[in-house]
Amino acid sequence: MQATSILLGIVIAVTAALVSGWLFRALLVAVTSGELRRSFRGAPVTASFGMLVILLYFVVAVLAPILAPFPERQVVGAQYLPWEAPYYLGTDNLGRDMLTRLIYGARNTVGIAFATTGLAFVVGSVLGLWAATVGGWIDQVLSRLVDALMAIPALIFSLLLLTIFGTSITTLILVIATIDATRVFRLARSVAQGIVVMDFIEAAKLRGEGVWRLISREILPNALAPLVAEFGLRFCFVFLAISALSFLGLGIQPPTADWGSMVRENATLINFGDVTPLLPAGAIALLTVAVNFVVDWQLHRASGLKE
Amino acid sequence: MAHVWRMIGQRLLLGLLTLFVISVVIFGATELLPGDLARELLGQSATPETLAALREQLGLNDPAPLRYWNWLTAALQGDFGISMGNKRPIADLIAARLGNTLFLAAYAAAMAVPLSLMLGVLAALWRNSIFDRAVNAMALTSISFPEFFVAYILIVWLAQSGVFPSMVRISSRTTTPDMLYMAFLPALTLTLVVTAHMMRMTRAAIINLLASPYIEMARLKGLSPLRIVLRHAVPNALAPIINVVALNLAYLITGVVVVEVVFVYPGLGQLMVDAVSNRDIAVVQAVALIFASAYVLLNLLADVLSTLSNPRLMHRR
Amino acid sequence: MAKPVLLSMKDIHIDGRSGDDWLPIIKGVDLTLHKGEVLGLIGESGAGKSTLGLAAMGFVRDGCRISGGSINFDGIDLMAAPESDRRALRGKRIAYVAQSAAASFNPAHRLIDQYAETPVVHDVMSRDKAEADAVELYRRMQLPHPEEIGFRYPHQVSGGQLQRAMTAMAMACRPDLIIFDEPTTALDVTTQIEVLAAIRDIVAQFDTAAIYITHDLAVVAQMADRIKVLLRGDEVEEADTRTMLSAPQHDYTKTLWAVRELARPAQPPAAGTPVVSVKDITAGYGSTMVLHGVSFEVHKRRTVAVVGESGSGKSTVARVITGLLPPVSGEILFEGKALPPDYRRRTRDQLRQAQMIYQMADTALNPKLRLRELIGRPAQMYLGLRGKALTERIRDLLRLIELEPDAFIDRLPSELSGGQKQRIGIARALAAEPRFIICDEVTSALDQIVAEGILRLLEKVQDEFDLAYMFITHDLATVKAIADEVVVMQNGRVVEQGPKDEMFQPPHDPYTELLLSSVPEMDPDWLTRLLKERAAGRAGLNA
Repeated sequence: MQATSILLGIVIAVTAALVSGWLFRALLVAVTSGELRRSFRGAPVTASFGMLVILLYFVVAVLAPILAPFPERQVVGAQYLPWEAPYYLGTDNLGRDMLTRLIYGARNTVGIAFATTGLAFVVGSVLGLWAATVGGWIDQVLSRLVDALMAIPALIFSLLLLTIFGTSITTLILVIATIDATRVFRLARSVAQGIVVMDFIEAAKLRGEGVWRLISREILPNALAPLVAEFGLRFCFVFLAISALSFLGLGIQPPTADWGSMVRENATLINFGDVTPLLPAGAIALLTVAVNFVVDWQLHRASGLKE
Repeated sequence: MAHVWRMIGQRLLLGLLTLFVISVVIFGATELLPGDLARELLGQSATPETLAALREQLGLNDPAPLRYWNWLTAALQGDFGISMGNKRPIADLIAARLGNTLFLAAYAAAMAVPLSLMLGVLAALWRNSIFDRAVNAMALTSISFPEFFVAYILIVWLAQSGVFPSMVRISSRTTTPDMLYMAFLPALTLTLVVTAHMMRMTRAAIINLLASPYIEMARLKGLSPLRIVLRHAVPNALAPIINVVALNLAYLITGVVVVEVVFVYPGLGQLMVDAVSNRDIAVVQAVALIFASAYVLLNLLADVLSTLSNPRLMHRR
Repeated sequence: MAKPVLLSMKDIHIDGRSGDDWLPIIKGVDLTLHKGEVLGLIGESGAGKSTLGLAAMGFVRDGCRISGGSINFDGIDLMAAPESDRRALRGKRIAYVAQSAAASFNPAHRLIDQYAETPVVHDVMSRDKAEADAVELYRRMQLPHPEEIGFRYPHQVSGGQLQRAMTAMAMACRPDLIIFDEPTTALDVTTQIEVLAAIRDIVAQFDTAAIYITHDLAVVAQMADRIKVLLRGDEVEEADTRTMLSAPQHDYTKTLWAVRELARPAQPPAAGTPVVSVKDITAGYGSTMVLHGVSFEVHKRRTVAVVGESGSGKSTVARVITGLLPPVSGEILFEGKALPPDYRRRTRDQLRQAQMIYQMADTALNPKLRLRELIGRPAQMYLGLRGKALTERIRDLLRLIELEPDAFIDRLPSELSGGQKQRIGIARALAAEPRFIICDEVTSALDQIVAEGILRLLEKVQDEFDLAYMFITHDLATVKAIADEVVVMQNGRVVEQGPKDEMFQPPHDPYTELLLSSVPEMDPDWLTRLLKERAAGRAGLNA
């Protein structure tokens, strides 16, 4: 009986997602025009559902103090209260309102993941494009360094670094960004290497253009599409990595509301058949699914245009 | 053949060099510690005399290269020092758990590799069909789920009803069938996560090949789709597939950390997480070294195998 | 023709998918082929020749569909037949020979395994018999070591040999029809001859019907009994080969024929200081030398054609002159003064004086920049033009290359045709106001009529701006069309050089002789005559 109700729930959720994606696409097509409108019209339902979810998360993150019924860190009642008003999703292990913490989690968890990805991206892609453009010993040194760093599994390396530097939000961002920048570096470098061998780069070099002009005007515009898609993928990896660390108790530290640590703090409820800890975990999963759907669409579009 | 063995020899040397660099990074990381190991051990209240005595005992006054050399040679002989947490030899802590972790990873790999290769080949063969789309959407969803989410869903679904245990307790009397039964949920969690990655990459590798002119030639020779995939695509897809499998087995190694914590599975990942929380640096170093070595060795193995599968390298002009 | 009809295609329509739309590729073409007959299918890129050829096998590429018409092969309706029936025909009764044998052989299997696959899968003969048969066909295709060559992997065999092995493979089941899809396009001229001769012989020996697809008129003249001309998916005309060559009816066909007549009149010998002197250049990559003591001069208002096959080092010369590859010894003089060997050491003015036009306009123009910036950047950099003056200069240049400024100035390269892209390449070179331009195979990626327009434009601007050209090419028709002087290269050495008229007159260096005689001519008897002459030459040598 439980299996059938779960299956029914999955079917309803998938249908609701597809319908909302379809409606959102209709809305996007209606309010845009030109090139943008044409690309929205060609978007699969999964991708438009993804865009809708990303938009919702963004709104919740920005408006968190307005939307949340209680302050982020306030103890409002007893521990582990059930799902009843005014605590619509119950309370956590310290008696804080679950819904409030979930809403603030959108701001903290997503915000930190976004900042980390952005930092990793700027550092990684600037160095990667530079290495591919100038080549020679600079490229060799940077590439071998990145090879060595990438030979250590990411999670293991971040655990090692966090042991040494301690677990504050700043060190977390710096550690994860450093590790992730190596991955971005490798991608940016290989994309740029594909462009650097083109005749128009040779023409620009023979014209006497400088390195920064080469990177910014000749290479970057052509590398942008794969880099943007990679940004989405990297965000998913960073987001999952930070959540995993927080879940292990080594990432974002209490009392900051964060989805990964919320799962950890309330995990005992699972053993009593209470699904509350699945809510923050589900919130992480939903956003990652959404971003992946959009990235998949973009990658598909990019590969389709090439043929 | 000589040139192939030379290439493999070079690759092995490079692997050794990588391992060396990794060991330097892992050791060097402790040099960045604010304060030193002795202060970490004794705390702020220690007197200068006891601190100095401990430093002498731990060999902290030696120059860094000498300490690295001592650490490495001891580690190679299986001696990783003493845990700060419970003052036991680290080698003993690891020995009890290494087998469990390897068992879990092998268990998951045994389920995931055949499953994902089969799904990947079928999805490539029937690309753009309903089957392909459904498998792809599921794979994309599964990739997006944090491991602990998958694990707790499985617990709610399969452990609440009492079909499988949600915690793993291993004693000396535990038999292999018992292990397979108890470790089923953690292994299944890892399988779900890794299968999705591996299946997508296998599919992409094969579809990439299906666009080659020699596949069109095979179709124009009137061969059946199955024969085209098995005889013309797969032999050329071996190298990418080997790399995909190696990459994902390497991913399993890190994946075990979270899964072991969820299921309270007595493995290396669990040990490492505890050590990080206690800032037990010697244990973290030891476990990191083991994980990283396994990772490097897997990639090395994949490189060697894909070299051997390349006819251009095996049969030169 | 008394022979019975083998293949009959009626009113064929084929579409290709473009986004959500279907665009027509073939617009209602009829095609009839008799047993044992060879039909030449010619046309420029995008004419739909390959698509039509594949449709004769009841096959369309992914993303295409047959939207109308009928295909009847020896009494079998290929459109109505189930896929399994069509599959049973392919390889067995209708075989295919692809353009690039190197890419069309599976790298993972030996030649003999790929040869034997078709007869064994189609139950024509046993594996043992197929292997014995392969040796026989390899011998007939004049492959060296026919007993052993099958046991090699594709990457162990040269391009010309692979193409012959692929023809042998197509013959394995003794099909009634073979589709040859540009089988010699990827080969050098001297290799092409051997492959053409082998293909022609074996098709005649087994009385196999063939559809021979190519863009090269002279090649099709040697191979086909009849010729059909296609233009953008439509048939232009069809006739017996000799009739078609001597009396083409349609305007388009006449233009195609006329392009080959373009020839630059002889100029008086040039005097004074040469614009560029290449002096005894030896250069290479690492320890392998690609150029050995290469010297020649290029004068004002003159064009020097550097001719050679792939691997002759002709493109490396360009890299040395531009400074991308500093030579090991020798020097480059510009108007009598030595240039620094590395382009990074050259002054902005030295860079400005020598410009380059590339073979592939697609990769030579940054796809993300608009024409305004593509052409404007050199003018802005070298001449310091800004604002209105710059825009005026860009518009002048567009007018010069015969493109309407208002319509083109804000376009991206992707919004241009192949010929227009190459014109932008020329405008970009001219924007620097150079004295010397290197043209690297600038017409070889273009269709003949478009290429002719480019050559005429290059001649026009040469006269207008007193330019010196170095023209790298493998195509002797292009040499005839534009060169004043010719430099013939082989294996990194200059084997012969001099004024064009002398080069096309005997006596020649033996390599020049081979190169010149290997260029197919429009005469349908040319190949037969050439092979006879060469055989006689060999017999003479032996006697």
